[in-house]
Amino acid sequence: MQLNEIEQSMLAGAMGEPRRRALEHQQKVGQFFDAPDMVEIAQAHIMADTEALGRANVEYLEQVAAYPEADRLVAVPTITDPRGADLKQYKVIRQAEAFINLERRTTAAFQALGVMMTDTCINYQLFMPPVQGQNLAFGDTGVCIYSNSVLGARTNYEGGPSALAAALTGRTPRYGYHLDECRRGTTLFEIQTQPQSLTDWGALGGIIGREMRSYFEVPVINGIEKSPTSDALKHFGAALASFGSTPLFHMIGVTPEAPDLKSVFDGTPPQPISLKKTNIEEFYDDYGVPDDRLDVVVFAAPQLSLVELQSLAGMLDGRKVDTRISLLVCTAPAFKAEADRMGLTEKITRAGALLLEGVCFYQMHAREMGVANQWQRLMTNSAKLTNIISGYGYEPVLGTMEACVASAIAGRVVR
Amino acid sequence: MTQRIIHGHVGIGPTVSGAALVASDNFSARYDLDRIKGVFSRPAHKLFGENYLDKVLVLNISKGGVASAWMLYEMVTRKMAPIALLLNYANPIMAQGAAHANLSMIDRFDDDITTMIKTGEEVTVEPITGKVVVEL
Repeated sequence: MQLNEIEQSMLAGAMGEPRRRALEHQQKVGQFFDAPDMVEIAQAHIMADTEALGRANVEYLEQVAAYPEADRLVAVPTITDPRGADLKQYKVIRQAEAFINLERRTTAAFQALGVMMTDTCINYQLFMPPVQGQNLAFGDTGVCIYSNSVLGARTNYEGGPSALAAALTGRTPRYGYHLDECRRGTTLFEIQTQPQSLTDWGALGGIIGREMRSYFEVPVINGIEKSPTSDALKHFGAALASFGSTPLFHMIGVTPEAPDLKSVFDGTPPQPISLKKTNIEEFYDDYGVPDDRLDVVVFAAPQLSLVELQSLAGMLDGRKVDTRISLLVCTAPAFKAEADRMGLTEKITRAGALLLEGVCFYQMHAREMGVANQWQRLMTNSAKLTNIISGYGYEPVLGTMEACVASAIAGRVVR
Repeated sequence: MTQRIIHGHVGIGPTVSGAALVASDNFSARYDLDRIKGVFSRPAHKLFGENYLDKVLVLNISKGGVASAWMLYEMVTRKMAPIALLLNYANPIMAQGAAHANLSMIDRFDDDITTMIKTGEEVTVEPITGKVVVEL
């Protein structure tokens, strides 16, 4: 992999040990994917909840943070994915103090590096949205797929160590979705039904994700009749990325690189895979359960936008969650502040729900939290969460936001 | 002793040897594993309940989220990790995690790697050349 003068200087240690180690790491990854060189980035986004970090990586971050300021400060604007705990409310859901201590240490280390603690997986709905053609180093699969597909920016999945390395060096290896040739369509889906709810959009993303055979496969979706909302594309992309490890899709007539089929395929498009209403119904059935027992209802993965919070507040206003059920809602700190100011938080919490900020359910030591609260049967409107959470010992049920709220009120699964 | 040699793309990490654990299924450290017990914990996974410690894990593709990049380092540090990963196709997260953890990994083989190695076979993984040696 070709390194320019600045990069060679970094690798020689002239810009400090953290940047030397960061570039060494990037060189290994770049060589693995045959990257020809490095590309400068505009922003970095780091996924680093403490459930993923564990003690070992927290100590690693603290080592980096102990270097002199000139050596350790990030080179580009750098923000964070959700954390593992809402420090104002963790006791209510019985999160262990040991995890909270790790969270505090992680935050201190990131702040010493000059990282902005945005704690969100919906930064594209909140802060300096990426611009078409911009090279980025973004973590969180949902953030990557939205930035690549809906906004036309360019990023690979950058796991925490690589996003941190990119933040320190201000660049990343040029491979995968930074290259024009990797952004061409490979598989065509013909949609013969129009998703109605955000959950339908998530289900559609999950169905397509299951069909993906590698990170480098690019699905093209044809047949969407009306431009979806940002929240619809958020649920669609998050599920597609989660089920498929897929960082880019093209939606004909909707996403910027796909005005028509000939713009995304070289030559004749492949034979399409048809998706009908029954496919979406079957997807819901995959996350059905034999009885109506219910422990916890979760709105998260991705965090809720202000519009979703408004919808939820409207559904919960004047009602009460059954005392046997926990209802958890996760959003970004910036949207929580807005929800507080607009009176949405009051409507949500008065009904008995918990509105958590800066976290996402599966990133909160979900296994231990489930044991501590005796949660097993979990209902959600997030297709992405159903994909993740069974590995943590939960039985997921998929339903629309309306069905989830009705279930929380009734104290049992209502479909 | 007879050997079978399989070629993949040049990989990451040191040369290691161990017993293979194979399935025609995908891989994510966050979605699929109980990393405290060292077993596959997702009920739908073909290796559900299997212990992966010190095994050469042979699977199809990496799937799911970005957490595996941190998790591999944490697993290696606690000595609760597989000894190597062989995948048909790794995504960047697995490559980044392997680089961060110095965990051996190779992908992009001549054929489907999950059909070329059987569970229990002794395997040597040589990332610097992209070579896998199976003892017969």
